[in-house]
Amino acid sequence: MVEKEQGCCCCEEEASEEELLARLDGIIQEYKDKPGALIPVLQQAQAVFGYLPDVALRKISLGLDKPYSEVAGVVGFYSFFSTHPRGKHMIRVCLGTACYVRGGKQVLDELKHRLSIDVGETTPDRVFSLDVARCFGACGLAPAIMIDDNVHQRVKPARLQQILDQYIDEDQARADKKAESKAKA
Amino acid sequence: MPTLTIDNVTVEVPQGATILEAAKKAGIKIPTLCYLEDVQAIGACRVCMVEIEGARTLMASCVTPAGEGMKVHTNSKKAREGRRTVVELLLSDHSGDCQTCDRNNDCELQALAHDLGIHDITYPGEKSAPHMDASTPALIRDTGKCVLCRRCVTVCNETQGVGGIFPQGRGFTTVVGPAFSQDLDDVVCVQCGQCAAVCPVGAIVERDQIQDVWAALDDPTKTVVVQTAPAIRAALGECFGLEPGTLVTGRMVTALRRLGFHAVFDTNFTADLTIMEEGTELLTRLKKALVDKENVALPMFTSCSPGWIKYIEYFYPDMLANVSTCKSPQQMFGALAKTYYAQKIGKKPEDMVVVSVMPCTAKKYEAQRPEMSDSGVQDVDIVLTTRELGKMIQEAGIDFVNLPEGTQDSPMGMSTGAADIFANTGGVMEAALRTAWELVTGTELPFENLHVTPVEGLEGIKEAAVTFEGCQPEWSFLNGVTAKVAVAHGLSNARKLIEKIRSGEASYHFIEIMTCPGGCIGGGGQPRMTTNAIRMKRIEAIYKEDEGRKLRKSHENPEIKQIYEEFLGHPLGEVSHKLLHTKYTPRLKA
Ligand code: SF4
Ligand code: SF4
Ligand code: SF4
Ligand code: FES
Ligand code: FES
Repeated sequence: MVEKEQGCCCCEEEASEEELLARLDGIIQEYKDKPGALIPVLQQAQAVFGYLPDVALRKISLGLDKPYSEVAGVVGFYSFFSTHPRGKHMIRVCLGTACYVRGGKQVLDELKHRLSIDVGETTPDRVFSLDVARCFGACGLAPAIMIDDNVHQRVKPARLQQILDQYIDEDQARADKKAESKAKA
Repeated sequence: MPTLTIDNVTVEVPQGATILEAAKKAGIKIPTLCYLEDVQAIGACRVCMVEIEGARTLMASCVTPAGEGMKVHTNSKKAREGRRTVVELLLSDHSGDCQTCDRNNDCELQALAHDLGIHDITYPGEKSAPHMDASTPALIRDTGKCVLCRRCVTVCNETQGVGGIFPQGRGFTTVVGPAFSQDLDDVVCVQCGQCAAVCPVGAIVERDQIQDVWAALDDPTKTVVVQTAPAIRAALGECFGLEPGTLVTGRMVTALRRLGFHAVFDTNFTADLTIMEEGTELLTRLKKALVDKENVALPMFTSCSPGWIKYIEYFYPDMLANVSTCKSPQQMFGALAKTYYAQKIGKKPEDMVVVSVMPCTAKKYEAQRPEMSDSGVQDVDIVLTTRELGKMIQEAGIDFVNLPEGTQDSPMGMSTGAADIFANTGGVMEAALRTAWELVTGTELPFENLHVTPVEGLEGIKEAAVTFEGCQPEWSFLNGVTAKVAVAHGLSNARKLIEKIRSGEASYHFIEIMTCPGGCIGGGGQPRMTTNAIRMKRIEAIYKEDEGRKLRKSHENPEIKQIYEEFLGHPLGEVSHKLLHTKYTPRLKA
């Protein structure tokens, strides 16, 4: 199932699904006869779509002449591949040893509860995605979570909403500014 | 040629041989699980670990090459304990009860636990949640029993070139199965059952229909008839400990009678009929191409093998016109049993139950294809594999090995040597040539003892050519024409052959395809484990059966002549067209 692109923050203009699929065709053509093409093609496809929708996987399977089961197997093996659309902000909760013993699990449970999603899922408004990770090298200040490129340390479950609100507020401010400049122009 | 010692036995092996092979040569048995002769050696399960002097860790013997001067211990404390740990860990994540498992007494994991003397499971822990896939008419998957040996993945991808299953996910949650944990019915699986044939445990098995057969036999309102495929008689004996390649035709018939079938017939009869129909179809296509200059689809492919049919429907739907319209012998039999035979005995089709015994799981699928009900009801009701028939005979307490010989009933039980060889790769081609040649030229096929040796044997793709001479007036357009034929078995070989044709690299008139390696004698429903050596033994048995016959050409079968006179008219005639021919469905691959 493919959902309509809703315009994501990372690409300048909104590309239609046809345009994205055409780009994928180009990638497949480029790698078609090279050995070990599957992983790089999947990576680039994910960069194009933001995730790996089913249509893209089937196209890759046919284009590279790889069984669909194998394509799916590879996608499922590597955690950096996702078959669900990702939210604007990626939250990764560290479950490395240090973080785990100092409450990482509780942080994760709280996030699941607040966002009403499970690990690997995205909120319906496509703002947050949730994932787990192993050790950001911030063990001294465990438990740690990472949102986009920012590491938040010594996170307490009770403080999570505050952290999430930061991102929501920033987005709001940016949107307001954009609207303002548009109105001026 | 390295020389090494294994458990103090000195053995010399060819360069590149593994320690496992060396041990076999030395008469020492090393337990294995993921390894399968002729199929794979990937070092995945570690059950075959041995201790090598000087090596830091235990080594998997199935992938470690034997080295000069190596000192190997298969039974040291370290090796024994290592192996035991591996098997205990497998058992700790295994959900299944041996007593009620399809593989009870025929399971490699069970045998390992027994041989290694494992009495309790020391690692009780979380078990991965099992998934049952009963989506297809042919196969049942139970991921709770899977030991992740990947044998099925290798045969599905490499031998069959289908790629329906692959390991999904990673670590503890890995499942071997279709993409994204779908079921087999949602994906390109052709239901050949080669996965079930190589699975060491009960994780993929055929859908068991034994109870349906008992129910039919117990129903006084039903007339229950049975047909057995050509390949059964060369393998059924293995279910009772007989040597592979033991022919048990007569004992099989007696066993079926004792089970209570009202009539015991033979799929060989309709194999002979297939030759009449398919041979005529081929000659008609050739005539259209050569004389009428019509645009007919050539080469023509055989259509007996339902896995192959599903494969071409998925992978080359643009070539369906090249497939013979003949139904498989199983389905011809069903349609005739419920019309021709039913009329003879004064029964209605709905009061008949047709049971087949097939070497094949895809036959279970074929029987329930919607187009296979030309008698007005489903033509073939129940399909048992060879293994299931073996179990039924066991359940009935029949002492199979010591049974007297029986003979099939008339009028659909008589057959020729040409029908016997439908069981193995190259056989349908040879049978077709025996009849087509004689029909066209009026003389016997000019091969020694009627064997078209270039298309026999286990080579993946085989070719032959025959040039027609001295044709009968009706077929004079074939004078001097060289008919080129090819044979492939195992669907990856079929694919290679088709790609050669599509690229223009090769061209043929007639092609035989069998889904399973070796043909039906190596089918997905045959007794386990089918190695190449066992394939060859079964094939030898089949040729022996053929050579022992008075009649070795399909058109000589008196019951075939009779059915054309009494019922069908002539090959490709109106009745044939309705009952014996079919059409195919293009399917989406991905
Ligand atoms: S697969 Fe083997 S070990 Fe498992 S329950 Fe069945 S017979 Fe027993
Ligand atoms: S039945 Fe054949 S095609 Fe289907 S999964 Fe098994 S090996 Fe593959
Ligand atoms: S299903 Fe059977 S053959 Fe396939 S990986 Fe599991 S245990 Fe091995
Ligand atoms: S364990 Fe979480 S940052 Fe190292
Ligand atoms: S049999 Fe050697 S690793 Fe499995």
